[in-house]
Amino acid sequence: MKNKTITVDYLARVEGEGGLQVKVRGGKVTQAVLNIFEPPRFFEAFLRGRMFTEAPDITARICGICPVAYQMSAAHAMEAACGVAVTGQLRNLRRLLYCGEWIESHALHIYLLHAPDFLGYDDAIQLAKKCPDAVQRGLRLKKIGNSIVTLVGGREIHPINPRVGGFYKAPTMTELDGLADDLRWAVAAAQETIRWVATLPFPELERDYEFVALRHPDEYPLNEGLVVSNKGLEIGADEFFEHFAEEHVEHSTSLHARTKARGEYHVGPLARYNLNFDKLPEIAQQAAREAGLGPVCRNPFQSIIVRAVEVLFACVEALRIIGQYEQPEAPYLEVLPRAGTASWCTEAPRGLLLHRYSIDSAGLIRDARIVPPTAQNQKVIESDLADFVERNLHLSDDQLTWQCEQAVRNYDPCISCSCHFLKLDLQRE
Amino acid sequence: MTPLQTKLVIGIGNRYRKDDGVGLYVARLVRELAPDTVSALEGLTDPAVLLDRWDQSTESVIVDCMVSQTKAGRTVRFDALAEKIPVELFAGYSTHSINIVTAVQLATVLGRLPRRLLVYGIEGEDFSFGEGLSPAVQQAAVTVAQDIVAELCGHPAPDPGRRHTDA
Repeated sequence: MKNKTITVDYLARVEGEGGLQVKVRGGKVTQAVLNIFEPPRFFEAFLRGRMFTEAPDITARICGICPVAYQMSAAHAMEAACGVAVTGQLRNLRRLLYCGEWIESHALHIYLLHAPDFLGYDDAIQLAKKCPDAVQRGLRLKKIGNSIVTLVGGREIHPINPRVGGFYKAPTMTELDGLADDLRWAVAAAQETIRWVATLPFPELERDYEFVALRHPDEYPLNEGLVVSNKGLEIGADEFFEHFAEEHVEHSTSLHARTKARGEYHVGPLARYNLNFDKLPEIAQQAAREAGLGPVCRNPFQSIIVRAVEVLFACVEALRIIGQYEQPEAPYLEVLPRAGTASWCTEAPRGLLLHRYSIDSAGLIRDARIVPPTAQNQKVIESDLADFVERNLHLSDDQLTWQCEQAVRNYDPCISCSCHFLKLDLQRE
Repeated sequence: MTPLQTKLVIGIGNRYRKDDGVGLYVARLVRELAPDTVSALEGLTDPAVLLDRWDQSTESVIVDCMVSQTKAGRTVRFDALAEKIPVELFAGYSTHSINIVTAVQLATVLGRLPRRLLVYGIEGEDFSFGEGLSPAVQQAAVTVAQDIVAELCGHPAPDPGRRHTDA
């Protein structure tokens, strides 16, 4: 059949409310849209008039699965605006906290949300019936990520310990040492995860993406780095809006982002991996190679392997930080407000997360902009859908619909995060 | 190692969306009414953590708000080891669409349920912003808390009287 419409009214196993529609006419895809109908949440408006120190706690509420990312981007941006750089053990603690979030978020997505797609199961319950050991492994990995966030962040969801300048309280060496045994188990479990996901059947889809991620000279990026792409981009976060634009489209309550020069782009684990393979520890590079990945991977369905590689990285990095930890003399640096504007990007589990703030000399927030990863990935998700459907029109409607949902979940979209935008079209008569 | 909490009551919900916080209110009441052998937790937001709590419990009760378009304050009780819990009664409250029913199903498949698991649902009617419960929901919450204490302790709980009208 050359004409068909694939519609999924409500996407399951993603965070937030969205659907998708693909229209095919005469064997060509004429429309592929990711409908995002989650109501806008106006976080940028909430921030205006609040103190600069409140931004980490307010923006953490944007997401229940990646609050650390919001806290980190907010805290760094405020420190940049005030001319303060957090270094040493406080910087390491932030990396450790972020490792915890990556582990819990990636483990959840790999085992409970995405793996069932590949194996033909409707959900994690069916997967647990067939592969109980794998699901138990995923749940324990997630729990270990939660433990890091709880210890360093104060609680597992919406942490309360991070602040502008560092933390309210720094953990003791003994407290961090208490995580080490679990993390050593997690390293082995992450390696097993990579071996397990490498055996999944991957649909064919290789695309010439523009990958965008942070790159740091010395480390796999979490909190710091230049924004780079495989198409020649290399900028600081302060230059973000010179090179990227956001626009409203009718079918989404989230702004679509694009590069001004080339259009759609791809953020997230696959982008980080392709732009930073050489910064992964040897154990992670080796595990990736054994799973059949080279330094470049352009099949979005294989992002599940890349997430597993990043879990291994996060476990190894967490152990490294714990092994070198000495409790800092003070848990935070004093940050005094000064008038200015600053942007900062960090790497949320789902990809690049930009915060930009303008504050006045009293520390009141005058303007705020947040560009979350899912908003940036909307265009590329739609292109993936169009490309994938056009290549696979021979599949039955049920199978094609199934794999379209799977293709969306390649990006682990967090729709709730993406719907924070401020644009409101108010028409009065 | 965390001590085994043999009897554990878990309240779920959002206290800042009025009746959605009824599970938390019940957990708080149970904490006041029950002896120390019964633990009560409020505000678990990650359903996967439920499995960890159940690993440490022999008996557990979950209380959540219910949305079934019936009378406010209506209460249902399920023995999760013997009955199927209707998915449609409990809205997804968590990140990534793993809800209370999914957590119970997952624990069942993985053999991580406590020896006894009761699920209480209380029908809500007002989910607007703010704290406090609707009168019918609060009345039902008191009854449910008393029933839970009685079930777990084998004797009737004391009447909480008017001490809890601040919900």
